[in-house]
Amino acid sequence: MTRKVAYLNARLIDPTSGLDAPGGLLTEDGKIAGLGPRLFNAGIPEGAERIDCGGAVLAPGLIDMRVQLCEPGEEHKEDILSASRAAVAGGVTAIVALPDTHPPIDDVALVEFIARRAREAKLVKVFCHAAVTRGLAGLEITEIGLLQEAGALAFTDGRHAVASAAVMARALTYAQGFNALIMQHPEEPSLATGDMNAGEMATRLGLSGIRAEAELVMLERDLTLAAMTGGRYHAAHVSTAAAIARIRRAKAEGQPVTCDTAPHYFALNELAVGDWRTFAKVSPPLRSEEDRQAVVAGLADGTIDVIASDHSPQDQDSKRLPFAQAAPGIIGLETLLPLTLELVEQGKLTLIAALDRLTRRPAELLGLKLGKLAVGTPADLLLFDPGRAWQVDASRFRSKSKNTPFDGRPLQGRVLRTVVDGRSVFDADAASD
Amino acid sequence: MSLNDLSFPHRHLLGIEGLSPQEIGLILDLSDSYVQTNRQREKKLATLRGRTLINLFFETSTRTRISFELAGKRLGADVINISVASSSIKKGETLIDTAMTLNAMQPDVLAIRHGDSGAVKLLSEKVDCAVVNAGDGSHEHPTQALLDALTIRRRKGRLQGLTVAICGDVRHSRVARSNIYLLNAVGARVRVVAPPTLLPSAIERLGVEVFHDMRRGLDGCDIVMMLRLQRERMQGTFVPSVREYFHFWGLDYAKLAYAKPDALIMHPGPMNRGVEIDSVLADDIDRSVIREQVEMGVAVRMACLDLLTRAPGEARNRPASAEAGRLRSGEGR
Repeated sequence: MTRKVAYLNARLIDPTSGLDAPGGLLTEDGKIAGLGPRLFNAGIPEGAERIDCGGAVLAPGLIDMRVQLCEPGEEHKEDILSASRAAVAGGVTAIVALPDTHPPIDDVALVEFIARRAREAKLVKVFCHAAVTRGLAGLEITEIGLLQEAGALAFTDGRHAVASAAVMARALTYAQGFNALIMQHPEEPSLATGDMNAGEMATRLGLSGIRAEAELVMLERDLTLAAMTGGRYHAAHVSTAAAIARIRRAKAEGQPVTCDTAPHYFALNELAVGDWRTFAKVSPPLRSEEDRQAVVAGLADGTIDVIASDHSPQDQDSKRLPFAQAAPGIIGLETLLPLTLELVEQGKLTLIAALDRLTRRPAELLGLKLGKLAVGTPADLLLFDPGRAWQVDASRFRSKSKNTPFDGRPLQGRVLRTVVDGRSVFDADAASD
Repeated sequence: MSLNDLSFPHRHLLGIEGLSPQEIGLILDLSDSYVQTNRQREKKLATLRGRTLINLFFETSTRTRISFELAGKRLGADVINISVASSSIKKGETLIDTAMTLNAMQPDVLAIRHGDSGAVKLLSEKVDCAVVNAGDGSHEHPTQALLDALTIRRRKGRLQGLTVAICGDVRHSRVARSNIYLLNAVGARVRVVAPPTLLPSAIERLGVEVFHDMRRGLDGCDIVMMLRLQRERMQGTFVPSVREYFHFWGLDYAKLAYAKPDALIMHPGPMNRGVEIDSVLADDIDRSVIREQVEMGVAVRMACLDLLTRAPGEARNRPASAEAGRLRSGEGR
């Protein structure tokens, strides 16, 4: 027997088709069976479950292309199930795990392990990137072909930069044969030895600073190598005005480079470090206000392709430390949407453009047939009220770790329902809070 | 109003940044009175009788720890010293756990030194007693700046309007930062003189004039403050060699000649003779006040301990009236 769900009275937004109109959507056996303003004019199909959206936005579920799952190895910080719960509460229907686990995802067996654990959790779609070098050590390239066959979406050493130019050149060259994407943490490691952004704040706090140029230096090198090899290159979590300007220029010159940023790089600046607030310690570091504004501008003009949470859980023992000893990282699955909506509220991005950076662009980049409202595609949906105000309360987050600098921040935009393959996996009314 | 009647509006002394010129003045005035106490044959007071001071040092130190210990003992407090070799700290929990454990023993003041910037602030949030920052990473060392200011004020009669050159490893120096804040607060002009590799970024935003050349930096200065250059920074990491460093930035008579004829030389110690300062010059009692700084250190720490253990709004109850008499004559020398 087929299972049908009718979503009535929604504001449908689909960045792929450009649709932004009131209407309805029908799912059937986990796929989108129809949508449009007049879909239910002839009545709701018999036997369909009815969900009245009350005018809320129905959009493709978010695709978060950078998530630290901490499984295997650091399950006390997060695991696939807790991250999945956090994801659905944040309206995310697909997450892509970064390979910095213990052991790292540098072998087909690990890719299969993630897939199996995801099937057990059975909430969101869990994909993974694989390491570009064995053991994330930056020396020998991984089995890019076999890993890709096993399902790895892109190749990255996660929070480690591939430091050697020779290794990066080889990876880009080899990956090209598989049309595989190489994703870099663009920071020259020898310049990025500090604890926060270099500048007056770091000097006052007595912390060693990381110059913004650490990002540009690595990016320049990599763009040169990408041009030399013809490989596909993606710069992760860009954070500086200089790097964004450089990517803008590369794109204008026709180089096939892409990049993403994380909400903390447009929602915060280095002042959030305040009195050594370790929850604001992140890699790359929070930057100056000028850099923050450049990130916003980069998102607005499309230089920055994707917004990813860069969800990095850290437990108390990793954060309740002197700043220099504390681990970097901010959790982001449950704040990804509302922090992005701040840009809409501020008039920097249209709602459909904001959703584009969270759905269509990451899907396209990673070759996923997701992230759009189209008949026949999986019914991965997000229903949210962009106007509903709420306040972040980290203690209520589903993540095992609570390391967010946004605790207490008033936000707008509440996820009402998250649907994966036609099945409601999160319902705000039914949720404990 | 007598100095003894004033209370200090801060629970802790974590840094100079944020102190008002009046508060700095209060500490210095009270320190002056303790200089007198310390020069007497009978040095012991009962001001902190029944109180407990714990010196918690996560970084090795001789002079600062002894200075705090003497300060506490001369005020009549019970003093405990704990040195935690940094190698034995299992980071994180141990740091906070150590503070929590000590807190449970009901000390009145903790003087804490730690190798990481912000660590003393972090610990101060976990304890119920007053905390004095005895130096945290590259952040601040407030009692050092206060003792430097006291030394200058007693020698020069004022702080306002003086030109002070802070020379050397400003980048890693908590002493430099505390001195910059203090000297700016009281209206002195501050210069920093260092090779570019030993300056932190945007240092000029802290209100200093930046020089890379010692002769120009010292030109017309009233005070030359030398900083210690740590050994591991001398061999090609931040400066190429000791001899090159001394040649360009080491203080000798030739470079000192650019400062005012009565310019004073200061150093927070311990000195690297022949690295940042010429050995003979360091011992020149006409120019160098380095030993006097050590003396002032005890008095300043007594003043800080005294102020931080005063209940807000409550005048210090002096046990002996004779001491109250001693307590005002401290100006000048």
